[in-house]
Amino acid sequence: MTWDWRWSWVTSHYDLLGELLGQHLYLSVVPVLLGLLIALPLGILCVQVPRLYAPVLALTSFFYALPSLALFVVLIDYTGFTGWTVIVPLTIYTLSVLVRNVVDGLRSVPEHVSQAATAMGFGGLRRLLQVDLPVAIPVVVAGLRVATVSNISLVSVGSLIGISGLGQLFVDGIQRSFITPIIVGIVLTVILAVLADAILVGLQWLLTPWTRTGRSAKPVSTDPAGVAV
Amino acid sequence: MNIVSRAINWFGEASQWSGSDGIPARVGEHLYYSGLSLLIAALIALPLGLYVGHTGRGAFLAVNSAGAARALPTVGLVGLTVVVFGIGLTPTLLPLVALAIPPILVNTYAGVRQVDAQLRDAANGMGMTGSQVLFQVELPVALPLIVLGLRTAAVQIVSTATIAAYVGLGGLGRYIFDGLARREYEVMIGGAVLSVLLALGTEALFVGIQRLIVSPGVRQRALVK
Repeated sequence: MTWDWRWSWVTSHYDLLGELLGQHLYLSVVPVLLGLLIALPLGILCVQVPRLYAPVLALTSFFYALPSLALFVVLIDYTGFTGWTVIVPLTIYTLSVLVRNVVDGLRSVPEHVSQAATAMGFGGLRRLLQVDLPVAIPVVVAGLRVATVSNISLVSVGSLIGISGLGQLFVDGIQRSFITPIIVGIVLTVILAVLADAILVGLQWLLTPWTRTGRSAKPVSTDPAGVAV
Repeated sequence: MNIVSRAINWFGEASQWSGSDGIPARVGEHLYYSGLSLLIAALIALPLGLYVGHTGRGAFLAVNSAGAARALPTVGLVGLTVVVFGIGLTPTLLPLVALAIPPILVNTYAGVRQVDAQLRDAANGMGMTGSQVLFQVELPVALPLIVLGLRTAAVQIVSTATIAAYVGLGGLGRYIFDGLARREYEVMIGGAVLSVLLALGTEALFVGIQRLIVSPGVRQRALVK
């Protein structure tokens, strides 16, 4: 049993911790942005062409079941020991979570809202951009929150095969049977996840002013069960 | 493509298929850790989810603690338990169990909660007791989501159990980390391919289980939705 906590290790490694935190943030945020960039058009396409949705859903749940460590290992041959080895699989996971939420979000637009928009003379594209997508925001953000938090947790797996991030602290702690870096790593990871989550919640609040007027008919269901946890 | 043919050769070698570090033995270890973790997690999360869903008590806590658990890095938990308790089965299972509880808990809770209120009223009106309502009405209707939770948990456990090898235990992760240490990339690929197959097999298994145990009436309702 080694319960050897040393504050001195923490205070003497501020530079390292800052650097690892930065790398970790980069490796978890880039996949979220890339995943959103792909999932939005793909989800819109699936709503426009409903025949596509079933095969896309099957493909994304296939990807979601792939173990991250296995994907990292396969990618080493192509991307080497660079950030891309972690970014590509995490983008695939993010995308797999988000496509479903984009489709659910777009389909959650109430019929009377679509009809009102059409009656006001909104064309297809304008209705999509100014009515359907904004209404879908809460459901999409719910997916973004799941994807972001699990990405932040998964980046650490990359450190096991040598891709740096806060997981480096776990590797270091395990190899030396030294608990301080492990605890610091867990705490920093959780703080990062909580902050990222809070930013997304804040973003949703800013982007959906109509949900807080107090007279909106019904909140859009975000259905926690539909999201792969 | 050289690496692909080398990996195929690795699978073809007779020595891979027997002995304590052969593929059957490693797959067996992997399934043992995974099955045990899933069992423990289900024993904790299923009753808890049913209770919270049926009574509505502690729902806020259950859902949010599940969200918070998602933020915990599994690698860090494995490291923590190994440094504190030493190398062994328990410290390896602990993080896997922690990983599996949230999806089972949240889906069981959500499954019971989303049961039509009219259905519940009808059951009460027929004179069913609380536990009869739970086990004869809410549970069967919630089954699709409960099995989905178990499936998510099982796939995550099988995927993550590779990490156990990093702290000295067996399972498919052995190939990945031994291959990394010895610079034998084809061994790593072999381990990766095996763990992918096992994860997909687990997914397929639970899809099959769901077909078997979910009542046809409930399944059709789910389809109509």
